[in-house]
Amino acid sequence: MCDTCGCGHPHDHSHAHPHDHAHPHDHAQPHDSGSVRTIEVQKPALALNQRHADQNRGWFRAKGLTVFNLLSSPGSGKTTLLERTLRELPRAAAIVGDLQTDNDAARLRAAGAQAVQITTGATCHLDAHMVLHALDQLDADGLRYLFIENVGNLVCPASYDLGEDRRVVLLSVTEGEDKPLKFPVMFLRADLVLVTKTDLAGAVGFDRDTALANIRQTAPRADILELSAKTGDGFPAWLDWLQA
Amino acid sequence: MHELSLMTNLLEDAVAAADGAPVCALRVRVGPLSGVVIEALRFAFEALAPGTPAEGARLDIDETVPLFRCPRCGAEYPTPVGSYQCPGCGAADGELIGGHELELISIEVPDHV
Repeated sequence: MCDTCGCGHPHDHSHAHPHDHAHPHDHAQPHDSGSVRTIEVQKPALALNQRHADQNRGWFRAKGLTVFNLLSSPGSGKTTLLERTLRELPRAAAIVGDLQTDNDAARLRAAGAQAVQITTGATCHLDAHMVLHALDQLDADGLRYLFIENVGNLVCPASYDLGEDRRVVLLSVTEGEDKPLKFPVMFLRADLVLVTKTDLAGAVGFDRDTALANIRQTAPRADILELSAKTGDGFPAWLDWLQA
Repeated sequence: MHELSLMTNLLEDAVAAADGAPVCALRVRVGPLSGVVIEALRFAFEALAPGTPAEGARLDIDETVPLFRCPRCGAEYPTPVGSYQCPGCGAADGELIGGHELELISIEVPDHV
């Protein structure tokens, strides 16, 4: 059992099918006949993730950290955004999630920042438990901001609270203006939608008005900012937003 | 395909609630903003239930709709996914209060156990 959360890591969950009992399916009566009784459960499928997220949140508060969950499709520029952000924003570090490789953490360390890599294997999202364990490797002394770069995926990561303060969803100009309409669940939960790679907007014929209208429709409560991490255009407003 | 891990959780909770009894049915509430595809959830159930006390059980799914509360006029209104304007006053910044559920509501077990 681990000291962080008592999870028995890595074999961290009880099986739906415990192997130490006689198999109960030798009853003669089929399931769909005979009288049944109903047992109320009322339990979210993500109850355990929520507990871990709350645990993370408590840890972040205790350390005085403001935490951002960065979400987007693969290739929207999360790591490039972080390279520049971690250079320009003092006292900031990152936890980065990918299925394989520690390339992203290596890139951020090369930019002079503290970075912890989570490799999820086949898992398409970060969950709060993975982050909980990554915090063991984080030196939080003197830190003020923590970025969690999620697995590039506009579907599954939307469902998992990691304990963050704010969610930032990236939309690069190369992806197409209708991404928010195609992935509404991800955009609805955003606190900020960040339009990235604006230096390429002309080259790809990015229709800015349509994109902004689609973002406003699917993320009505989110702030919207536009920037290029390559040229630095729009960066001051992003840094202000982070520190607000 | 995080439906597999979510269904694993739902099955574990169902088996725990049955407390040794076979599970005849699970009733699950799924919102369209939960990020879950119902067909994938059913597929995961068919793949994971065999060999557990929920083998052969029925999976009942109650679908909800997105529900918002308008911060301007206080109305609570259901909407389709992707279009969240308040029908009363036109405000677009409603607070999400429903439609993101994914939860095990109840299970059925044999009465004689």
